[in-house]
Amino acid sequence: MSVWLAQHLAAIRDACRRLAAAPLNSLLSLLVIGIALTLPTAGWLMLDNLRALSGDLPGVQQISIFLSLEAGKRDVGEIESRLQAGQVGKWRFVAREEALQRLQAAEGMADIIASLPRNPLPDAFVVTPANSRPAELERLAKAFSGWPKVAHVQLDSAWVKRFDALLRLGRLVVVLLGVLFAGALVTITFNTIRLQILAQAAEIEVARLIGATDSYIQRPLHYFGMLQGALGGLCAAVLVAVGFHLLTPLVAELTQLYGANFALQGLSALHLATLAAIGAALGWLGAKISVLMHLRRFA
Amino acid sequence: MITASGVTKRYAEGREALRDVSFEITAGEMVFLTGHSGAGKSTLFKLLAAIERPTSGSIVINGQNLAALGRSTVPYLRRKLGLLFQDRKLLFDRTVLDNVLLPLAIVGHPPRDALRRAQAALSKVGLPDREKAMPIALSGGEQQRLAIARAVVNRPAVILADEPTANLDAVAAREILEIFRAFQQVGVTVLIATHDPASLPAVRPRVLLLDHGQMSELPAVADAAIAGAAA
Repeated sequence: MSVWLAQHLAAIRDACRRLAAAPLNSLLSLLVIGIALTLPTAGWLMLDNLRALSGDLPGVQQISIFLSLEAGKRDVGEIESRLQAGQVGKWRFVAREEALQRLQAAEGMADIIASLPRNPLPDAFVVTPANSRPAELERLAKAFSGWPKVAHVQLDSAWVKRFDALLRLGRLVVVLLGVLFAGALVTITFNTIRLQILAQAAEIEVARLIGATDSYIQRPLHYFGMLQGALGGLCAAVLVAVGFHLLTPLVAELTQLYGANFALQGLSALHLATLAAIGAALGWLGAKISVLMHLRRFA
Repeated sequence: MITASGVTKRYAEGREALRDVSFEITAGEMVFLTGHSGAGKSTLFKLLAAIERPTSGSIVINGQNLAALGRSTVPYLRRKLGLLFQDRKLLFDRTVLDNVLLPLAIVGHPPRDALRRAQAALSKVGLPDREKAMPIALSGGEQQRLAIARAVVNRPAVILADEPTANLDAVAAREILEIFRAFQQVGVTVLIATHDPASLPAVRPRVLLLDHGQMSELPAVADAAIAGAAA
């Protein structure tokens, strides 16, 4: 094993030893970091779920293309070809018979439908565009309305705009919260490392006098910051997972009442790794700043 | 091995701690640096250990001009020196063995090899059975031995000791000097700073005298006369 690798492993062991040396202090620091990371993480996850939910709810971010009543199979095939060629996203054909059956199934509609002399509903396509930005949806709706045998194109653009604005506002709030709490994490690590340096002042001084390089002295402190940040990130993941576990059945019940089948998506393994990595990076940053500021007096 | 030429150290407040100090110590020599308190011994020790830099003049150790050393290369010089500080600078929250292992960890010795070398160093200074003790449990003489073990564990070519026998009784002081003598006999260059001429050993050493920042070398005279001149 190279000296470089051995010294890094020794520094990691040293950082673990320092964390374990004061378990209560470490636990409290991890909890504070965990809570600081929980809010932006939960907010971001909620937005992600909201975006997914909007795709599942009927009519949201979807364009309905209603054909004229005299449109035949050839016309339906023409529209299908255009949708395929345009690669607009996912789409589904709803035949007029299927639409009538669905309407009949709706509460109180069976008698009304039965009294009608013929099926008044047209064939239709329901398009879920790949790009759900309001401008793109409006552009598509305008294009669809120009296609042959298209009688009406329905897009609730006001709703889509409101929803998009809400998502953008939510994203901004989450980003601001993220920046704010990232600052808090850096500050917490900065202070923890400052206390570590004060507690280890004698050791640092002796090490420097007998030939320790800056890297040798700084390395365990950097690892300490990273380790604390990463564990804080995992702590946040646990808190978020518990929160989502409690919310999942309630949200599922609520969305069913709105006719959608939706389950909250919690943190994946990739999310977990990302959260730990962000925590580690911020912890490293806090440690780096603290080390630069507080080790000067040993120079 | 150690060459100082025209070394002057002046502090910011204008105090001149060393003035035009020159000397040469050859490899394997054991030299005492003596003088009253405030004569500049500790300042010279700091300059030799690259803790401070001279205002003018040059110091060359093992062919390395300290004035030319960059900040990042100073640690590598210190690894080649065995430094003993006046206040010993032991780590009281670590065991005797861990104190001796520290310089080896800094250099990056493999753990098994480091353990063997640390145990050998402790044996050399007469502390083979105190590995697990905490430094606070050691007597003054034993603490000084521990400091020596830590200083020599990386097998330095030069040992610089600042007041190694201070606060020790005559017996302990003699034992410490014997340890230094043993290292000198295997070719290690030893420079010992002491304010107490009475602590000089019976075997006549080479003695450099610092007085108000100026250096002179005591002539080869009898032990009693050395002590008298230094006083």
